[in-house]
Amino acid sequence: MTSSLLKTPLADWHLAHGGRMVDFAGWQMPVQYDSIVAEHLATRHAAGLFDVSHMGRLRLDGPGSAAFLDRLLTRQICGMSLGKIRYSLVCNEAGGVLDDVLVYHLQEHGGAPFHLLVVNASNRQKILDWLKSHLQSGEEVAITDQTLSTGMIAVQGPRALACVEPLVGADLGGLAYFTGTATTICGHLGLISRTGYTGEDGCELIVPAAGVVEIWEKILAHGREAGARPAGLGARDTLRLEAGLPLYGHELTETIDPFQAGLAFAVNLEGREFIGRQALLSRRDDPTLPRRVGLVLAGRRVARHDYRVLAGNETVGWVTSGTFSPSLEQSIAMAYVDRAWATPGRELAVEIRGSLEAARVVKLPFYTRAS
Amino acid sequence: MTPSDLKYAETHEWVRLSEEGGRKVATIGITDFAVEQLTDLVHMVLPPVGTKVVAGQPFGEVESVKAVSDLYSPVDGEVIAVNSDLPQHLELLSSDPYHQGWMIKVALSDEAALARLMDAATYEKQCAAEG
Repeated sequence: MTSSLLKTPLADWHLAHGGRMVDFAGWQMPVQYDSIVAEHLATRHAAGLFDVSHMGRLRLDGPGSAAFLDRLLTRQICGMSLGKIRYSLVCNEAGGVLDDVLVYHLQEHGGAPFHLLVVNASNRQKILDWLKSHLQSGEEVAITDQTLSTGMIAVQGPRALACVEPLVGADLGGLAYFTGTATTICGHLGLISRTGYTGEDGCELIVPAAGVVEIWEKILAHGREAGARPAGLGARDTLRLEAGLPLYGHELTETIDPFQAGLAFAVNLEGREFIGRQALLSRRDDPTLPRRVGLVLAGRRVARHDYRVLAGNETVGWVTSGTFSPSLEQSIAMAYVDRAWATPGRELAVEIRGSLEAARVVKLPFYTRAS
Repeated sequence: MTPSDLKYAETHEWVRLSEEGGRKVATIGITDFAVEQLTDLVHMVLPPVGTKVVAGQPFGEVESVKAVSDLYSPVDGEVIAVNSDLPQHLELLSSDPYHQGWMIKVALSDEAALARLMDAATYEKQCAAEG
């Protein structure tokens, strides 16, 4: 592992506990500790702890923050009530996705309200530069990259909240999905939100870098009896895939727009102006643009990134992510296919290492938790 | 434990040599170390009987949740038997990689490739360096 990689506050902990470390977006991260399937199933049935400190955390302070973000994001930020969190996209002028982000609107005890953007690790510098380049002189917004001064832990699964509850000052039961609050966590001032990337209930904690290891170990100690275990990026990927959630660099790129990706819910075109809006208005119903679909393969071979999708002899799309689903025990994938084929029930094929494997278009997500 | 009566390829296949009907036969599988590195196996493709294999060239593939990997033949020859139950019982690769986890038997057409294989002690050193 080269020393130029960034390390999260938990990097040494991962190594000491059998984490298999890989380079992910310039960070040294655990892909798994022991088995991806075991870590995946523990998250579905009990709780998984994920070090997500590599995600970019960009804080915006100042009275102009909401209006500033409103010019750059596909969803309206002005008027977001305190405590709310929104999933949004950042688009370029052509309507292509620069990143998918979470926007928090929070207030610390006694402080002024602020916004926090949680962005993909691979896009942190790009988004930081994008924000700064669109800041107008005199606009009252201060942007701070808190990625290295803080850490972030995701606790996901049906028992996640119970594992975290005893350590947190705030009342977690009263925290609705996609809301967050500033609170104390093991005595450290931090943020907790009811968010995640696994298709399970759970929460994410943002805490000062110095407190991350202590908090991680305490959550594990509290949760171990309930079946909580650390989980790596491998399980994070299989979990989000089953939940039909896009991953930047796979389902989302600068040449894909949110409508193609099936993310119309995260685009608010009416009564506002933002970068990419004009392009999105014309792309919204463009029948020539391929659409994101789910595929279930007939066999057990896995359709991986960039494999071709065919209808008969004709290439009609490409795979963006695929895995063998631990929960469904089927080979599943997400792909972009021509609109004519982007309907559940269509029979297609994926070219896997020279041979064609039957695949059926299905509605996303593949997996929905029992509520 | 790496069995001392087998030969090993750099690409983590093992070879058991025997005589069958006057022919030199290599039984081939993958090592405990390889299975542990792959983890979460979901699928395997093995060649049919009669396939010609070439030392250093793929004879099949093994797929895990994370990635697909080629299986490389350590020898030259023709496949004379295939463990066709194995793809339905991938757990045998973990529980008994050197016996029930065998993959193919190859009647050797040339023994030159055998000289490039390692003994158990040398192979263990390679694993220690990789692991």
